[in-house]
Amino acid sequence: MKMLYAFALTLISLAAFSQKEIQKKIQTQLIEAADGDVIVLPAGTFTFDASLSLDGKKNVTIKGAGMDKTILNFKNQISGAEGLKITNGSDITIQDLTVQDTKGDGVKTQLIEGMVFRNVKAEWTSGANEKNGGYGLYPVQCTNVLIDSCVAVGASDAGIYVGQSKHIIVKNSKAYQNVAGIEIENSWYADVYDNEAYHNTGGILIFDLPDLIQKDGGFVRVFRNHIHDNNQVNFAPKGNTVAKVPQGTGLMILATRNVEAFENKIVNNISAGTAIVSYYITETPINDKTYKPFPANIYIHDNYYERPDVKATSKGRLGKMYKFKLRFGKNVPHIIYDGIEDSQMKERNICIRNNQNQSFVNIDAGNKFKNKSRDIKPHDCEQMPISPVVLTSN
Amino acid sequence: MSASWKIRVLLLLAIAGTVWSFRPRGATSIERKNELSAYGFFTGPLADLSPADKVITYILNTPLFSNYAEKLRFIKLPEGEKALFNDSIVFDFPTGTVLIKNFYFFQDFRKPEKGRKIIETRLLVHQETGWEAWPYIWNDEQTEAYYDPAGETKTISYTDAGGRKVTTPYAIPNKNQCKGCHIRGQKMMPIGPSARQLNRDFTYDAGVKNQLVFWNESHMLSGLSDDLHSVPKLAVWDDPSTGDVNSRARAYLDANCAHCHSRLGPASTSGLFLDISERNATHLGVNKPPVAAGRGAGNFKFDIVPGKPDQSIMVFRMKTNDPAIAMPEIGREQVHREAVALIESWIRENTFN
Repeated sequence: MKMLYAFALTLISLAAFSQKEIQKKIQTQLIEAADGDVIVLPAGTFTFDASLSLDGKKNVTIKGAGMDKTILNFKNQISGAEGLKITNGSDITIQDLTVQDTKGDGVKTQLIEGMVFRNVKAEWTSGANEKNGGYGLYPVQCTNVLIDSCVAVGASDAGIYVGQSKHIIVKNSKAYQNVAGIEIENSWYADVYDNEAYHNTGGILIFDLPDLIQKDGGFVRVFRNHIHDNNQVNFAPKGNTVAKVPQGTGLMILATRNVEAFENKIVNNISAGTAIVSYYITETPINDKTYKPFPANIYIHDNYYERPDVKATSKGRLGKMYKFKLRFGKNVPHIIYDGIEDSQMKERNICIRNNQNQSFVNIDAGNKFKNKSRDIKPHDCEQMPISPVVLTSN
Repeated sequence: MSASWKIRVLLLLAIAGTVWSFRPRGATSIERKNELSAYGFFTGPLADLSPADKVITYILNTPLFSNYAEKLRFIKLPEGEKALFNDSIVFDFPTGTVLIKNFYFFQDFRKPEKGRKIIETRLLVHQETGWEAWPYIWNDEQTEAYYDPAGETKTISYTDAGGRKVTTPYAIPNKNQCKGCHIRGQKMMPIGPSARQLNRDFTYDAGVKNQLVFWNESHMLSGLSDDLHSVPKLAVWDDPSTGDVNSRARAYLDANCAHCHSRLGPASTSGLFLDISERNATHLGVNKPPVAAGRGAGNFKFDIVPGKPDQSIMVFRMKTNDPAIAMPEIGREQVHREAVALIESWIRENTFN
């Protein structure tokens, strides 16, 4: 009943007003929303010169008339580091709308317990462009995050980026023309499945970085995704870790422990179908004494690999590595492991088994690539399956 | 009396003690008014901002930069109540306290007597349920300010201290954005009135006096140490007589960044902590790679490259008003050039402590 009322109210009230007044009305609605409200935005394109924000709410839904029907456009934005910012709440749903051309991030949600994105698109309409904002859909420090049937296009860092969060599902979504399609960073318990990541620089990235409040990310499953043609030239600002991801990366696991990737179709990514690397590959010094820079307990199995008969990228620092050190020519292995050893933990459990068209190289990056080896036998092992993520709300 | 009775009596006493100590100090909550004038904080024409009785002006050592706006700050404590002193964070203010912050521009910063335009007044009100931010936007006639939680972008024109004519957008933050800064561990809090910020002289009607001493003598503050030298004092960022480059740069970062960039602030995600008490050079940004900075990182590798301000992300983000890059995220439609110069010399000097 309340929803119908809000719907009617919004429709009538927005029709007669200028964009500036609409901005004020929508922002006022977000501020005055009572717990349990559904804020319904009608179809149409609405432009904003500042961020919209929702803060401190419980059980509130922001609902448009449909992705590509309700469009919140921020191309004239002069203040705020994101389009829509949602903070300090619980059980928040955003659905059926598009957030477009924000100056910074598209939708940032921070400190939300129970955050749902459903049928939401975050896009930069100019496609892959270094002037685009960093992240499309960006939950950080959230628990119980569901990203379902969403789309992210053109982010100069990551299209769908889940950072420092716990209990996460990303499914049925598409990410293209981003630097990273989908990235799970410093997060615990994530299932990433049935997504399509294509035309990015890197399709799906699972990262763990130093100097952050939440570290030791892991227990991530990446399965049944279609990760293809991620050959976009990297257009991230150079300072970001993601700027080091080589063009042509399908799935990259960096310094994360307990990751299982299976039943993915990893196709036509020219440099690395799957890369398993330590933080040392970034050549960034580590100051954080409690940080663990190595991947461990990795299980890559039952995936399908295919790549065209072309060379890996020669762009960027890692492109140089391909060109001058690895010299694979067109015979680039699908699965690449940096082979940098952890003196603290000799047994790293990097297991690779039963993939179609499987090919492998340990590039021995810690030893000037001297003993690089295509022998997969040391990694022919099995890991315990990781438990599925169960979200406790929604 | 049996042992179990003794326990019951002790328990009762303990509960009574608990109730007593948690009883909220101060008056009951304040009712929000639609017009600023309705509170009676000011006497005479509203635009004169002349404080009524018991409305006390205060200044800070190093204030937050807000798009070159001037600010006039007042505090009103509930009748007969005092703030509780501590030396590290904002004082504990009783329920019913109101902090009144007015943002204005002189028409000509070289000649303040030519008049000013007040843009907005923000009230921070300590209710029984916690602190609340109530934003008021002034009308063009300067006769009234009206409660408006949604914020607005205005265009402001003035002549700056160097005689330059400036026309700038000025984004009045919405109520939620107020909280974006005024938050500590998920609870809304004031930022300014801490011992280190208030510990300085102010010219009162009766003469010059240290603000903490004045508050103490006016029965506004309890718990102030007798030895004022033991009370921390923040440097004045643009006054070299108050501290060296390091202490002034740290004061500026503390006032302008640390409300987010601290372990309890919303930018805890970044690992960059700029509060005055931070002692870890990496967390201060020295040779620290950016996290989730997006375009904010530019083409640079570290927040601070010692000796090299031009390669430091901190300076890069202070030097632009592009909303995707600019830091702080709000109140920055213009670049604070003088502060950029200070942070550049700090990074050049390479004395991070």
